[in-house]
Amino acid sequence: MNCHAEKLAGLSVVLAAIDPFAAAAAMIQLDGVVRRMVLYPPDLSREHLSFVAETAVAEVIVTDLSLPVEVDARVVFVVPGDGRASLATESENSPLETEWILLTSGTTGRPKLVQHNLASLTADIDFHRALSVSVVWSTFYDIRRYGGLHIFLDALCSGASMVISNGEEALREFLTRAEEYGVTNISGTPSHWRRALMSPWAAQIAPKYVRLSGEIADQAILNSLRAQYPHARIGHTFASTEAGVAFSVNDELMGFSMEVLDHTADVDMKVVDSTLRVRSERMASRYLGADSPALRDRDGFVDTGDALELRDGRYYLVGRRDGIVNVGGFKVHPEEVEAVINRHPAVAMSLVKAKKNPITGALVIADVVIKGCLSEEDSGALQGDILQFCRGELAAYKVPATLHFVPSLDVGTSGKMVRRNA
Amino acid sequence: MDIRAEITEQFKQVALEQDKTLATLTDDLPLLDSGLDSLCFAVVVVRLENVLGADPFSTDEDVRFPVTFGDFIKFYEQAAQ
Repeated sequence: MNCHAEKLAGLSVVLAAIDPFAAAAAMIQLDGVVRRMVLYPPDLSREHLSFVAETAVAEVIVTDLSLPVEVDARVVFVVPGDGRASLATESENSPLETEWILLTSGTTGRPKLVQHNLASLTADIDFHRALSVSVVWSTFYDIRRYGGLHIFLDALCSGASMVISNGEEALREFLTRAEEYGVTNISGTPSHWRRALMSPWAAQIAPKYVRLSGEIADQAILNSLRAQYPHARIGHTFASTEAGVAFSVNDELMGFSMEVLDHTADVDMKVVDSTLRVRSERMASRYLGADSPALRDRDGFVDTGDALELRDGRYYLVGRRDGIVNVGGFKVHPEEVEAVINRHPAVAMSLVKAKKNPITGALVIADVVIKGCLSEEDSGALQGDILQFCRGELAAYKVPATLHFVPSLDVGTSGKMVRRNA
Repeated sequence: MDIRAEITEQFKQVALEQDKTLATLTDDLPLLDSGLDSLCFAVVVVRLENVLGADPFSTDEDVRFPVTFGDFIKFYEQAAQ
């Protein structure tokens, strides 16, 4: 692949490998060489590839998939999945400040492209500290997602080792590898951890540090981790793709002390309309795309959209102001699900909302108003039919777990449905 | 109500809906070997709450997560007592 080095220099590239090791090798080699590198997560449907490539004005797609040689007239390079790909050699030119583009879910079902660079992604790493060669990191996150990428870069910069997870690998294999390589630090969402704790294999590893992020860490999961790993430090971190890492909480209690807002080094935080806003060097700079909304407010803060409640000097995260439901780390926009349900011929209108869940943090459920009347017997069949319709149109985590038929839905004075989370 | 029968039924129903191949449900089967993923379990818990009127996960803060199918049934049976 060395022969492609000059061809990739200065270009916009979508890195759409399935294999995480191929992606890791490509990231290391392309930073400083390409102008823009889009990290396309392996779990994201390939149907968005053209949209993403277009929005990123990408000239090249780097992948380990067997794709046609061209995707919409773009050049496709194939990297082998063994992590030994050599896409670019040391350039004699001074390195570029490569834009790192991460994808998050958008309101329309299409991903949003969030622009970082190596400086923002590593801004919380102390480069003066001693190398942590005895640390072995791992994470349940894919390294193409912010939560995983941040750990990957931290490990690279600090001299630590890392066991990279692979979405195609069973939990048993991943935890067995983690045990074999003596993982000391490991991160994941509360949903990742609940899944691990529901397996006999969580007991295989003996981490010194367990970190949760990406979803609300409730007291039950903090207590369960404490019981499983009595000698580990357990912390939960507030971070998002847009806001970067804001702060970590290490007192093993859910929520965070109100002191955190004013006393976190290098991070400014404030609460506006009960929602957390964050400003730091770790933030993303903007969304790519012509019609994209502003990522920062006028004062340079990112509005996280995460609603807070203050109780006895402690803030608790209580969900999303905009109604987005976080299902095991995946964001669901209720409007997108409602639009699908409403296309079913028997449905008049619907309201999709969050229901708390002990496994995935939350799930979506729906209240549905149907046209006309139904007997109880037909009602069960229609529920099944609407859900089947949703499964044909939506990713599994977006499909409501249950439907309730209701006579009517509240419409507020704004003409919009009144949204209240269960 | 027969809790075991209800749980078995929900496992089968959700596996069918999500197009998963369900393993033979024995008491010592690790849940993660059942063929269901996290999302399936999440749906099973919601459906069981509708049918049985209880979500034993939410009633106890010091949850020890069930590991096998037998644990899962015991978990619900204890909550019903």
